[in-house]
Amino acid sequence: MSGRPSRWLTALTIATYVILFAPIVVLIVFSFNSARRGFTWAGFTLDWYPKLFNNADMLGALRVTLEVAAIAVVGATILGSLLGLGLARLRFRGSGAAQTLLLLPIMTPEIIMGISLLVFFSQLFGLNGSIGQIAIAHIMFCISYVAITVRARAVSLDPRLEEAARDLGASAVGAFRHVTLPLLAPAVAAGAMLAFALSFDDLVVTSFNTGVGATTLPVQIYSAIRFGVTPQINAISTIIVAVVSIALLVAWRLGAFRTAARAVVADPEVA
Amino acid sequence: MTSATAPAELDRAQARSREAGTGRSAATATSILVLPGVLWLAAFFLVPLGIMAVVSLGAVDPGGHVTLAHPGLHNYTHALDPEFLPALGRSIYYAITTTVLSLAIGYPVAYWISRYGGRRKILLLILVMLPFWTSYLIRTYAWMAILRDNGVINSLLLDVGLIDQPIPILNTDLSVILGMTYGFLPYAILPLFVSIDRLDFSLVQAARDLYASGRGAFLHVTLPLTMPGLVAAGLLTFIPALGDYVTPDVLGGAQTTTIANLIQVIFTTGRDWPYGSALGFLLMGVTIVGTLIALRSLRREVIGASA
Repeated sequence: MSGRPSRWLTALTIATYVILFAPIVVLIVFSFNSARRGFTWAGFTLDWYPKLFNNADMLGALRVTLEVAAIAVVGATILGSLLGLGLARLRFRGSGAAQTLLLLPIMTPEIIMGISLLVFFSQLFGLNGSIGQIAIAHIMFCISYVAITVRARAVSLDPRLEEAARDLGASAVGAFRHVTLPLLAPAVAAGAMLAFALSFDDLVVTSFNTGVGATTLPVQIYSAIRFGVTPQINAISTIIVAVVSIALLVAWRLGAFRTAARAVVADPEVA
Repeated sequence: MTSATAPAELDRAQARSREAGTGRSAATATSILVLPGVLWLAAFFLVPLGIMAVVSLGAVDPGGHVTLAHPGLHNYTHALDPEFLPALGRSIYYAITTTVLSLAIGYPVAYWISRYGGRRKILLLILVMLPFWTSYLIRTYAWMAILRDNGVINSLLLDVGLIDQPIPILNTDLSVILGMTYGFLPYAILPLFVSIDRLDFSLVQAARDLYASGRGAFLHVTLPLTMPGLVAAGLLTFIPALGDYVTPDVLGGAQTTTIANLIQVIFTTGRDWPYGSALGFLLMGVTIVGTLIALRSLRREVIGASA
């Protein structure tokens, strides 16, 4: 072992952590600042939060965001979990192609997915943005993350557990239901949490597929930012950061990042 | 790694024998498990790209609708007009600078977490990833709040009396690169960490025992062995940075327009979708070229390392 880290290495690491969190901390602190504009501290206030709940645009956007996220989480979790399990367990013709297809949405700039879906929906179906359209898009880019999380878990499961159940007289379906599924459940739940976090604050793909009555919170915030920095945006940002952080911490407790981190490095090698 | 290989191979062998025995049920399982997800990705990822490819060959009629009356590559040649080239150049410049900075900062940080993180390793990693998954828009907005003329930095400096005029930081190349590096740094740290953490440090020790200098051991042992992580980190930074329009829009100005900004404007306010689609494919082309270069260098390293 090389013992202690050099001083500059430690300093750089600490500085990086500070800088990673500083902007978020600034936002949170100034969401409690009573000054209407600017960043001079003028006293503590909670006024901006109740004001948000009287802001019809923001409330409507929050509602749409949650509706989209709910559909996206259910859809992506079902499709992604099945896909992840299938890729881990089955050998079939075209499984390599399926693996590549899974990685493509992650490796494609979001703006490309956004505009291609816009062109697709409007040219083929004459659609102009709706909750359904946004949800379809969200399911699409969330599937990969769920599938990778579930696949990593399924690959690491000992197949002998299921075989033991079969040897003890369980049916194939029974062994899957009572042995494999409970073992996969944390990964499925973690995938669902990731899908929620991704869907809840997606801006790019959504902004191209948004329409009248189908504006999500990030899209609403993006247009509000054009008129400057306000304590209300700080407040709504604080709420979003809190919601997403909770989802992520739950996902972490369920083991999402350990497997996802491994998958990130393992996949280019597979390709 | 080696201990995990045996059960994996066993698993594969069993899977093969299972499949051979029950060909039909395997096919049924495949269609139930794999098909729905694959079809969804095909229908809403591949097909839209195909439609966009077709549209990129078309034009806009006087009514503003896409027409394919005279299909051709005119949008692609139009895309190489002087109007477009500076934006493309800027996109590539921002993406490469951001990638280099992210790797240069991310590698030492990932190294520190892996080697000296001890029991808090996972916690330290979670702390890196929390902002990574927390709204990119909000984090970028936070930098706008910090850098603008009446923002945190300028307010502080004015209050203290160090300056009497706000320093313009926003709307420059610097603010865009700063915002992108901040935004994508966690994408770099994660794969770097996994790669460094996997490294067998007795190899480094062996090099030191054989009289390699600290720098020599790093350059000839540590760096080559963590190359897969560097490549993955580079890709995960380069790709989103190349397609980013939010940062140049929020933290930049008219002189920081990237190709993604042009595409965004065309699709949200302009109506020339065929031209916008062509720009999209050029952006994708650059992305793919970057990816291929990275994967090639990776494959060489992996083969070199395992030989």
